[in-house]
Amino acid sequence: MKMRIFVPRDAGAIAVGADDVVAALEQVAEQRGLPIEIIRTGSRGLYWLEPMVEVATVKGRVAYGPVSPADVASVFDAMASNGSHALRLGVADEIPWLKRQTRLTFARCGVIDPRSVESYRAHGGYKGLERALTLTPDQILADVTTSGLRGRGGAGFPTGIKWKTVAQAGADRKYIVCNADEGDSGTFADRMIMEGDPFVVIEGMTIAGITVGASKGYIYIRSEYPHAVAAMNAAIAAARKAGFLGNRIGGSAHGFDLEVRVGAGAYVCGEETSLLESLEGRRGTVRAKPPLPAHKGLFGRPSVINNVLSFAAIPFILDNGAKAYADFGMGRSRGTMPIQLAGNIKHGGLFETAFGVTLGDLVYDIGGGTFTGRPVRAVQVGGPLGAYFPRALFDTPFDYEAFAARDGLIGHGGIVVFDDSVDMAKQARFAMEFCAVESCGKCTPCRIGSTRGVETINKIINGERVAENLAVVEDLCNTMKFGSLCALGGFTPYPVMSALKHFREDFGPAPATLQAAE
Amino acid sequence: MTYEPWDEARGAEIIAEHAGLEGATLVILHALQEVFGYVPEPAIPMVAQALSLSRAEVHGVFTFYHDFRKQPAGRHVLKLCRAEACQAAGGDALAARAEARLGVSLGSTTADERVTLEPIYCLGLCATAPSAMLDGRLVGRLDAARIDALVAEAQR
Repeated sequence: MKMRIFVPRDAGAIAVGADDVVAALEQVAEQRGLPIEIIRTGSRGLYWLEPMVEVATVKGRVAYGPVSPADVASVFDAMASNGSHALRLGVADEIPWLKRQTRLTFARCGVIDPRSVESYRAHGGYKGLERALTLTPDQILADVTTSGLRGRGGAGFPTGIKWKTVAQAGADRKYIVCNADEGDSGTFADRMIMEGDPFVVIEGMTIAGITVGASKGYIYIRSEYPHAVAAMNAAIAAARKAGFLGNRIGGSAHGFDLEVRVGAGAYVCGEETSLLESLEGRRGTVRAKPPLPAHKGLFGRPSVINNVLSFAAIPFILDNGAKAYADFGMGRSRGTMPIQLAGNIKHGGLFETAFGVTLGDLVYDIGGGTFTGRPVRAVQVGGPLGAYFPRALFDTPFDYEAFAARDGLIGHGGIVVFDDSVDMAKQARFAMEFCAVESCGKCTPCRIGSTRGVETINKIINGERVAENLAVVEDLCNTMKFGSLCALGGFTPYPVMSALKHFREDFGPAPATLQAAE
Repeated sequence: MTYEPWDEARGAEIIAEHAGLEGATLVILHALQEVFGYVPEPAIPMVAQALSLSRAEVHGVFTFYHDFRKQPAGRHVLKLCRAEACQAAGGDALAARAEARLGVSLGSTTADERVTLEPIYCLGLCATAPSAMLDGRLVGRLDAARIDALVAEAQR
């Protein structure tokens, strides 16, 4: 009997040698004269164990990791004989880090073959669409609304309300747009799901199309993600071939098709109106709102624009019911959040769990602290526009409102851990520099404010009139926060002000005037 | 990586292939760069004409996005992820090391035109940071030895 071996094709696994492991496996199998079948999956998201290789056994898939090409021969023999091995992790589903998660959106990621509709369907795929096809648009809207799902891109806007607005808009054409411009450092959930379970994104977008009456969808993927682009394109072709895209999807009267478009290295295109401009073939300049994209979106037509993870949450909700999703979470943050642990962290990866887990649990209990072994000093939550949190705030629960109450945001769910070697003045300056480089230039607070911000923080770092210049930075941040058109200029103050507030010692001696101003 | 030299007829062919798409400008610029390694200046008015846009509009799109090149890159392109997750994992020192080894700063090409060293924000490999991309090949968990090996490979 052929041994069935699973190796991720995920970019994160490839970056640490998954392709080399596959080549070595094929070589060893030939040497041993044992036939094998290698199935390339996504990643399960336990990145410190990548490349993680699994073999099918009667007890389930047994995992080994991290496997280097040099380990392959001995791992192969352990697999063939079901023997012991230092890298043997046991049955993959039983690995505690995985078992304690609540994987609703990422249930299939790392498990199935992301290029096979059959593999997707064998693991419950397309059940949500099947049920949606038996419902009226209003019934689907009711499910999405009751589930409490909020936009996973960062703004947290209720998905049901957005869809309803588009459903009610009259137009000759409507569009479904998937924002896969995952530019935030520390986030990789969109990339993982596109590479590991692209059909769930396709299914979610298809359900959106049926609900609001759109027959065309675009997935805008950043150019930094070539593997995700390839995976989505392969999945779209497979879905089309299986009758799940195109005319009469799933045998119904509905038609829906998808096209991938690739960005060109502009961070601001993750902002929805800038993304629409880019999709239309223009500079990624932010549009003023109103009109909302739900009324006048892509090519001036009503458009649903959601993040990858929002669409990916939809099939579960339709399949299992709104309540099954809403039962997870806390307060107004319902369901699960795929949290990404990154940076200087021992156990980095994707941890999907119900809202409410504390930051401290995520960093220490789940993440295992820093990989350098030095004390944690700061974590940045929510990407380059997210606040830096000190250890004193590690009791903050992962929840939209709880983070907002502490002048932070959960954004797209990325957590970047820094040890005590970090210089927070440098991080604050970087936030301003990044904004200056990436600003689309449309509004003055962002375009000019960020450049003045860099200059002023440089003066502070050089010890020039520190108190006065700190006051200038605070003033600039206020102007940017309240005067910018979009979140790029509007949220850059979060990392800057949080660094100033919680790590003032890094900005030179704290003068009395500044403490008084606080 | 090898590219074709600029050729007007070939350029026109590439443009025509995609001109029918909705909002085709970025698609065409990507396609041109994929074939020629950069977006040759004579292509800009050709794109404008094919899409009924002004030259200024196409030039504006071309210059807005970091990806599009005015001239060919070096023979190899080494992109270092410089975003926060990689900074937290020691990326600053590795970037400085690569700059020193190559004798150029991020965003420039070596005098022998062998290597273009660029920053990238970000590769989405934030749990296996610091990371880099050499001519499309991803490398994570970088350390001094791995960055030296990458630089040496790029210089070959």
